[in-house]
Amino acid sequence: MHIPDGFLTPEIWVGMWLISIIILGYSVSKVNKKLGDKHIPLMGVLAAFIFAGQMLNTPVAAGTSGHMLGGVLAASFLGAFAASVIMAAVFIVQAVFFQDGGITALGANMFNMGFIGTIVCYYIYRGIRRLIGEDTKKGILTGVGVAAWLAVVLASAATSIEIAASGVFPLKESLIAMVGVHSIIGIIEAGITVSVVSYVLKVRPDLFNLEKI
Amino acid sequence: MKEKYWIYGLGIALIVGCVISLFASSHPDGLERVAIDLFGGEEELEEHIEGKEVINSPMPDYVVPGIENETLAASLAGLIGVLLMFVLAVGIGKLLKKENNNLNN
Repeated sequence: MHIPDGFLTPEIWVGMWLISIIILGYSVSKVNKKLGDKHIPLMGVLAAFIFAGQMLNTPVAAGTSGHMLGGVLAASFLGAFAASVIMAAVFIVQAVFFQDGGITALGANMFNMGFIGTIVCYYIYRGIRRLIGEDTKKGILTGVGVAAWLAVVLASAATSIEIAASGVFPLKESLIAMVGVHSIIGIIEAGITVSVVSYVLKVRPDLFNLEKI
Repeated sequence: MKEKYWIYGLGIALIVGCVISLFASSHPDGLERVAIDLFGGEEELEEHIEGKEVINSPMPDYVVPGIENETLAASLAGLIGVLLMFVLAVGIGKLLKKENNNLNN
């Protein structure tokens, strides 16, 4: 779902850059001097895994593929702001080194595929978890699963709104098509997120229960 | 880093990025599919974005240029990307960690 250069008009991409810089700056200030030594290897592993996972496109419908995003996964381990920092790093590396997503569109891509998941959907996960049972496995897994699915769907909606606002596609058609495809891709996202969290809860629950930043 | 689990975690990421990703679907992703449909074809999409890149990335499309063996070129790009990502995230973490921990190390 990485937007390339040439899709967004300057008003939109500059605006999205500004929004993302503000969110990233705020995230860095929240994370700064709060991370413990235990968070650091986890940040490395999550960033590496999410980068690799985003390379893995799986077929979802006739002639269409999708890949994971990983924002809710990262935030469920690290908290909203530490996760926002590593997701931003993933999108920066993809755009700069691998031409995956444009440089002009980087602000939009960080917001859509990163911060919507790490911040908006992270708090949705926390809400669902509290509702079902804060310390129950069912609460945790339902929460991350629903939030992960929603992160992909909301990312696709935001992407189509930005592209439509740039006058490239008509809003209604692109919104329906994007949300349609991504509600299937979101199921894969939910599956990966639930599997990883449930595996770590089994083998190293302490890693999942680090302080959230 | 005292903990050793990161070796397994990084190992899994490397397997995904260097081996499993070779079997990834080459079909257009959700956004590309919608763009192709709304523009009326793959060529129309190409025309729309061709030459608009702001920078030239060293490894476009996750392929290391100049290597004839396509599998190797893709696998190597995965290796570089995963390692780079790990080092970068650990570096950011070390930069942002609690000050008092610096004294203890």
